[in-house]
Amino acid sequence: MLPRRQGVGHGRGFYIRSVLDASVSRAVSNRSPSILKPGSRAPEFTLKSTPDQTVSLRDFRGTPVVIAFYPADWSPVCSDQMGLYAQVMPEFKNFGAEVLGISVDGIWSHLAFAKDRKLNFPLLSDFEPKGAVSMKYGAYKARIGESTRALFVVDKRGVITWSMLSPNGINPGADGILSALEKLK
Amino acid sequence: MSQNYKPPRLTLPVGKRDHAQGKEDAPLVLLEYGDYQCPYCGAAYPIVKKVQKELGPRLRFVFRNFPITNSHPQAQWAAETAEAAAAQGRFWEMHDYLYENQPSLGDEGLFAKYEKKLGLDATRLVREVAQHAHSARVQEDYMSGVRSGVNGTPTFFIGGARYDGYPGFGPLVSALEEAEK
Repeated sequence: MLPRRQGVGHGRGFYIRSVLDASVSRAVSNRSPSILKPGSRAPEFTLKSTPDQTVSLRDFRGTPVVIAFYPADWSPVCSDQMGLYAQVMPEFKNFGAEVLGISVDGIWSHLAFAKDRKLNFPLLSDFEPKGAVSMKYGAYKARIGESTRALFVVDKRGVITWSMLSPNGINPGADGILSALEKLK
Repeated sequence: MSQNYKPPRLTLPVGKRDHAQGKEDAPLVLLEYGDYQCPYCGAAYPIVKKVQKELGPRLRFVFRNFPITNSHPQAQWAAETAEAAAAQGRFWEMHDYLYENQPSLGDEGLFAKYEKKLGLDATRLVREVAQHAHSARVQEDYMSGVRSGVNGTPTFFIGGARYDGYPGFGPLVSALEEAEK
């Protein structure tokens, strides 16, 4: 008889077929959570955008939101990912979308970086507790202490309709975001 | 890193509208989205020349505009100047001259002198740039880049797929030869 396990919060038990499957499911739960998938509600957050202002996701209910987690300010390229989004902003605005950039950098780094790259959207500081919001989205690398390059498109009802994790060191660009915004109802 | 990661592909395939060097049926295709005022594109310019020399007739090189107007105030002017030169059949000469004179972008006198040297109708060229006669072409390049996954400048596409490696001579040649297989 196969062992039967009661899942927490589930009305019915589910079967684990073998010891091998059990160890696989243990390994999965020890890895950091993967990024939130389409269909999930985008977790609420309130983060500082300037030393004395905060931005909350619920402020944008009613408009589509692009959330771009990224590792750090000040990467040494002409148009890094945030600079690119500032450049491409008119295309995002065609869909009425707002853009939020989130990294664990402190607010003063964000302000200087935003000024240098002439950013036209807020950079939010996931500084204290460090990476807490990034973690809720499955976009944090705890060992390194930086957010991953994870993108999310959130519809006007607050539901994630598209997400993407870009591999280490690769700036994902804007194409996936625009395709996702096009598909919003 | 996801094992299944595939880089984005060109949404606008290389075609008749493009500025290209090399034969249409060349097996290796390198496409660059570039900004004339970007120092990284300036650094890539001699590297591309070296790659072209190395691969000879096997390579087709295509250039499309991606001016980062936010940070580069002369980039749009430079892109339109190159397209205006293209309208008189001298795209590549102007493309090269712009990259070789990056610090002087916007120096209309310098470029007017070069246009005359090339035998171009400089008055017509300058007028077309002032009237933004070629801005639609630049915009078409730019939007094709945005939709294809351009993530900065220069962004290279090899065999139609975005190249995410280091844009040095060796890695570019390797990636091009790898794509041929």
